[in-house]
Amino acid sequence: MDATTPVTHPHGTLDVARPTADTLCVRLSGQWIIQAALPAPAEVQAQCDAAPRVRRLSFEASDLAGWDSALLTFLLKLTELCDQRQIEFDQAGLPHGVQRLLALATAVPKGQDVRREVVQESLLVRLGQGVLTAVESTHGLLTFLGQVALAFGQFIRGRARFRGVDLWLIVQECGAQALPIVSLISFLVGLILAFMGANQLRQFGAQIYVANLVGLSMAREMGAMMTGIIMAGRTGAAFAAQLGTMVVNQEIDALTTMGLNPMEFLVVPRILALMMMVPLLCIYADLVGILGGAVVGVGMLNLGAAQYYQQTLSALHLLDFIVGLIKGTVFGILIALAGCLRGMQCGRSASEVGAAATSAVVTGIVWIIVSDAVLTLMYNVLGI
Amino acid sequence: MPAERPQDAHIFVHNLTMAYGSLVIQRDLTFRVQHGDIFIIMGGSGCGKSTLLRHLIGLQAPTEGEVFYDGQSFWKIKSAERERMMRRFGVLYQSGALWSSMTLAENIALPLEQYTDLSPSQIRDLVSLKLALVGLAGFDDYYPSEISGGMQRRAGLARAMALDPDILFFDEPSAGLDPISSRLLDDLILELRDRLDATVVMVTHELASILTIGTNSVFLDVDAKTMIAQGDPKKLLAEPPDPKVRQFLTRGEQHA
Repeated sequence: MDATTPVTHPHGTLDVARPTADTLCVRLSGQWIIQAALPAPAEVQAQCDAAPRVRRLSFEASDLAGWDSALLTFLLKLTELCDQRQIEFDQAGLPHGVQRLLALATAVPKGQDVRREVVQESLLVRLGQGVLTAVESTHGLLTFLGQVALAFGQFIRGRARFRGVDLWLIVQECGAQALPIVSLISFLVGLILAFMGANQLRQFGAQIYVANLVGLSMAREMGAMMTGIIMAGRTGAAFAAQLGTMVVNQEIDALTTMGLNPMEFLVVPRILALMMMVPLLCIYADLVGILGGAVVGVGMLNLGAAQYYQQTLSALHLLDFIVGLIKGTVFGILIALAGCLRGMQCGRSASEVGAAATSAVVTGIVWIIVSDAVLTLMYNVLGI
Repeated sequence: MPAERPQDAHIFVHNLTMAYGSLVIQRDLTFRVQHGDIFIIMGGSGCGKSTLLRHLIGLQAPTEGEVFYDGQSFWKIKSAERERMMRRFGVLYQSGALWSSMTLAENIALPLEQYTDLSPSQIRDLVSLKLALVGLAGFDDYYPSEISGGMQRRAGLARAMALDPDILFFDEPSAGLDPISSRLLDDLILELRDRLDATVVMVTHELASILTIGTNSVFLDVDAKTMIAQGDPKKLLAEPPDPKVRQFLTRGEQHA
């Protein structure tokens, strides 16, 4: 295109002349617009640096056909250049509009410490900063946990101020409304466990033990774990986003100045709700998972429904469910804590709300897995 | 000049220094607000007006100095006691800061439910009254997101007045409102001050509001990092103590 139609393509040009020994006159002509091909400021710079020394830079713009911000950025570069070399910048020859905009652009001197410098820091500095950030976030976490403990102290003494209706709304949101997704996931997890087990156990003719495998792993581990991860993604993120938006919108400030402690008003009902709902969902997930296993057992392994049922009953004890329930309760508390912590720590912008929600899910899942490992070890030591 | 006794003034700010970490926003602020004043906190953008307000309403502790309400220290006491003092405040935030999960009626009812022994029907009547006072009668069951910005501001005002406070704080009440709405809001503020016998502290840029309803003021300067003027804004306009103050109050016009 360019090669065939060079004439119609807009472009700006400049000539440099020396009317006197110490004056450099720049003649601007053509179209100095953003779409045009323009000369670089370096051309003028080269002339400025050439001997003899230049003391004044002037302009001639009678052939200038059109201009926009492209000309201004070019001229601003030249003003900086002139400042550095102590050359007088004479703008009398420029169009009036250009002069006015230049005056506006240079009216406020550049803030000395406004520009952010990007400095490549040494490894040691970055390490130190990393440690300081870690200390700060640990401090933030401990402060939050302390405040939550105080708020729960108030709650136990019956003095926490929150609205009962809020608690029931949250219970509904993170309990009943989570049933469909918990059903789907735990049914499929039960199904998968049964498939995996069936392939191995069939080699020994021990298909019937699929019932034990599915029942025990759902009750002791997978029910609580899957419910925890679903709730971290579903409810933990929601808590962080709700509280984060309230921070951005100054709603938390409004609570505080109203004399209402946000920890009591917002965090206590959320923790209570998850503490109650996750164990219940966990039991439900156990049963749906066992049902999923039974579908494989009866449909694929040709076990009788009654046989599978009896086998499951004989394999499972109440203790197995209690072990899972304790995990579920701990996960519930941790998910609520992670969600509320990230929400309350949220900065005052929309993007930080998104970051808070992401961070709540990550924190929640990490806490769930770590606490699961700790609890499993403890059960092992205690022999239950 | 009377002796600087804290108990003479409704609000007395003494040698207040505000900072975020090592970054000092303003230092050595000393001023007093009398009962019934409409006190304006003014100054250029970014000079710390809203930060000063956060110190006055208990959201941020001073780095140095103290704030007294009726002679009683506000920061050197237990937080439970400070919370009790804060119940005498009504605060209107920049965007209204209504609790978005509650209806307007629930927003206004919340402080009443928490701090009074009124029956639900009495509360409902009071809420309707407060909403009617700010021209929002009938909007009881709307959520904040369902009404316009100006209406949210007025609903926020209704909530700020819920407990009939002694002191009303406003953070840029008329920012983003059209001239007529902001004039109506000014009238409303004057009316409320007289009816409630309250003191008003207001952060604002609106010259019209500053000059019509302000009775006292403090001017914060971003370069000096302290206050460079105080007093009745009309007097400050007539005899500006500093060119910056004159510039601010005349919008920088030479022959105003």
